[in-house]
Amino acid sequence: MKFRGLLALAAGGTLLAGCAATASDTNSASTAAPAKSNAANGPAFPSTYAAYPSMPTAVTGVTIYDGEGGRIDNGTVLMVNGKISSVGGPDTVIPSGATIIDGAGKYVTPGIIDVHSHLGDYPTPSVAAHSDGNEATSPVTPEVWAEHSVWPHDPGFSRALANGGITALQILPGSANLFGGRSVTLKNVPARTVQAMKFPGAPYGMKMACGENPKRVYGGRNRMPSTRMGNLALNRQTWIDAQEYRSKRNDAKPPKRDLGKETLVGVLDGDILVHNHCYRADELAQIIDMSKEFGYKVTAFHHAVESYKIADILAKEGICSAVWADWWGFKMEAYDAIPENAALLQQAGACVIIHSDDENQIQRLNQEAAKALADGRAMGIEISDAEAIRWITLNPAKAMGIDTMTGSLKPGKMGDMVLWNGNPLSVYARPEKVWIDGALLFDSNDAKRRPVSDFELGQPGEGDVK
Amino acid sequence: MNRLAWLLASAAALIAAPLAAQTIAITGGKLVIGDGSAPIEGGTVLIRGDRVVAAGANIAIPADARRIDASGKWVTPGVFAGFSRVGLVEVGAVTQTNDMNASGSPFSAALDVQYAINPFASAVAVNRAAGVTRAVVSPSTANSIFGGYGAIVDLGEDDNPITRARAFQFVELGETGQSRAGGSRSASHIHFRALLEEARTYARNPAVFDSDLLKASDAKALLPVINGGTKLLVHVESANDILKVLDLRKDFPALKIVLVGANEGWRVANHIAAAGVPVLASALSDLPYGFEDLAATQSNIGRMKDAGVKVAIGMINDRDAHQLRYSVQYAGNLVALNQVPRATGLSWDEAFAAISSGPAEIMDMGGQLGSLKAGRQADVVIWTGDPLELSTQVESVIIDGVDQSLSNRQMRLRDRYRDPAPGALPNAYDH
Repeated sequence: MKFRGLLALAAGGTLLAGCAATASDTNSASTAAPAKSNAANGPAFPSTYAAYPSMPTAVTGVTIYDGEGGRIDNGTVLMVNGKISSVGGPDTVIPSGATIIDGAGKYVTPGIIDVHSHLGDYPTPSVAAHSDGNEATSPVTPEVWAEHSVWPHDPGFSRALANGGITALQILPGSANLFGGRSVTLKNVPARTVQAMKFPGAPYGMKMACGENPKRVYGGRNRMPSTRMGNLALNRQTWIDAQEYRSKRNDAKPPKRDLGKETLVGVLDGDILVHNHCYRADELAQIIDMSKEFGYKVTAFHHAVESYKIADILAKEGICSAVWADWWGFKMEAYDAIPENAALLQQAGACVIIHSDDENQIQRLNQEAAKALADGRAMGIEISDAEAIRWITLNPAKAMGIDTMTGSLKPGKMGDMVLWNGNPLSVYARPEKVWIDGALLFDSNDAKRRPVSDFELGQPGEGDVK
Repeated sequence: MNRLAWLLASAAALIAAPLAAQTIAITGGKLVIGDGSAPIEGGTVLIRGDRVVAAGANIAIPADARRIDASGKWVTPGVFAGFSRVGLVEVGAVTQTNDMNASGSPFSAALDVQYAINPFASAVAVNRAAGVTRAVVSPSTANSIFGGYGAIVDLGEDDNPITRARAFQFVELGETGQSRAGGSRSASHIHFRALLEEARTYARNPAVFDSDLLKASDAKALLPVINGGTKLLVHVESANDILKVLDLRKDFPALKIVLVGANEGWRVANHIAAAGVPVLASALSDLPYGFEDLAATQSNIGRMKDAGVKVAIGMINDRDAHQLRYSVQYAGNLVALNQVPRATGLSWDEAFAAISSGPAEIMDMGGQLGSLKAGRQADVVIWTGDPLELSTQVESVIIDGVDQSLSNRQMRLRDRYRDPAPGALPNAYDH
């Protein structure tokens, strides 16, 4: 396996690892239309996603983790018309004609959601021609949109579906820039166009980055920022300019459209969610104060390996931390990472998300959550199995502003669901079936019910189990 | 004895303690020998000094043995990371602490990681606490296809990490090798052949050796590779590159090749098996990271094994300096594959062997390392449960018969911030 991202980073490159911001628990209103700030002529690049055909489907006798911290043993989940219809015990009514799947010995969870992915904008094969995640020509590029880089045929999408049970994911720009641009939230369905993957009704996010990456990339070119204080100065000036643009937009003679400022104003208006790559606790605190200075909210800090040092502050501020289970040591600002980060945050009442930022670990976010859970328990922090599942389902859905639509198994929500052949917190479990909007899009028992990207068609290993 | 003498004697005893022929009996646990055999319920491991004396059921325990009750626990050989860069890196992106390669050096094959491996690196302590006790440590490459000598190390807390120095030479002959050699596989292969020929020239008359291609030190380092005295670890991924590497033995028949990576190994597994070449493979690579990895699949190791290839798990360019602890998770995933239709995994016993005796045997050290068979170095880990399972914790680690500290920076930070808000004094006073 290769760790392209960090290699690119170490090489002084562009990519790299993470930052995202999470949405706070309070930031759940997500059905807003995408960014009114670009609404002059209606939404730009609208989603064309439509649910694939589905059958009424019930899974019976199964252990259910509902994504909200609940667990039902010997349960039944019913999906009708692409939606979760009912979730309950053995007495759950199943309409005649429904496909019934015996879930004895198996588990269901909501579809797994990754709040931090570069599938599509740093796709495999990781050749230079595919390096589309960082517009590393200026440290302030709020005008770029990740969806304009996403290659729908990245084979990583299919692995995330088949091995990871990923049904929705946020694709972020990279972290070379202070303001990296807009994210895009996708349904993990194979498609010809990115528009056909766009999650309908998902709000936009904006990627920001603090710390080593921006100052390294631009300082190395003898331009600002070359220091952390340079990072903050450029950030603040950018917000000041955005505030001015915002104040003039209703003038008799409004300013000329400015793509970057439209995104920034979207943040200031609360329509676009801030996902802020940031590692060190002291820097997280600086970013929080900056957000207060300009009146916006950080939805989630991504990577946030030192969140545990200020877990109490993050809980009070209602900011999520999107973290790895145990990555550490690959750069200076990741030196104090500890595997108990997630559990310590949970203990403090802060919002926890396990994210990947990686085309490999997106295939086993369930295992990463399980490790973080185990390390917490080993230090005496009591967290239920069902709560750990929330870290990879409802909590990322909240941070992406889609939690009213997906992220848990509640009636009326999208039929995004994974049937696991064992406990997903065990290393021995794998997805058996994955539904998106009730449509069966992966079935480990059916070689045809596995997507093969255009890139892999006609190549060695086409259609393999991978 | 006066007080000073007593103190000196006590100090001497403390210092000598690890060297004394201590006898330890670990009893009652679920015992994994590590050689691919099935676990033994209620087995015993008997250690004397730095070696395993016996392991199995019905082992007689000497009266003087210190007994460790492992009832309800699992007892295994320590995890052997089949390919890593542990000890060569403190912080990856801090170049002064990263000794994996030497882009500014005029040397290549002569570079030797034994001088760079730091037994006090944070990653040694972190991975020791996770049950990793031995590792293959390889250099990476910079200006040449050759990276230099690698070593076998232990992860003990003492000051001598080297189990075997100059255990192998490392070379890149896939996409990375193509780049190192100037942009073509024609170049990397001619480079390889030419350098070995130069080394032979050197051997014929070292005193007059003068080469545009190779320094005398590098030539000297390649000689044992040519005659098979030193293993050659070759990083390649694609099926075609693997075949070309197997062909090298037509020209250099004594080469003792070990393939590293081999993501497409399953496609040519019969050739690898017929050549008798072992493989240190990535466990979970399943994407076309490059065009050399098009057919990568998590079933690679299982399929190669079924074809008769000797294969074990390595961390190839995969957080190889810091996360050797992933070895157990990777092995567990290969077990999981056996429940996936059309996939090929490993049995539990095979999977554990792939991170214990497997790497040891591939490095020709199976007689000394990697299992709990009598005579092996006593590297033993006691786990709270199934060592491949994510919920399992390490309880204790013994390396070379010596109890190891499990403390490390990460644990200290964890404990300091268990309650993050400062108390009567700042957190910095909590130590």
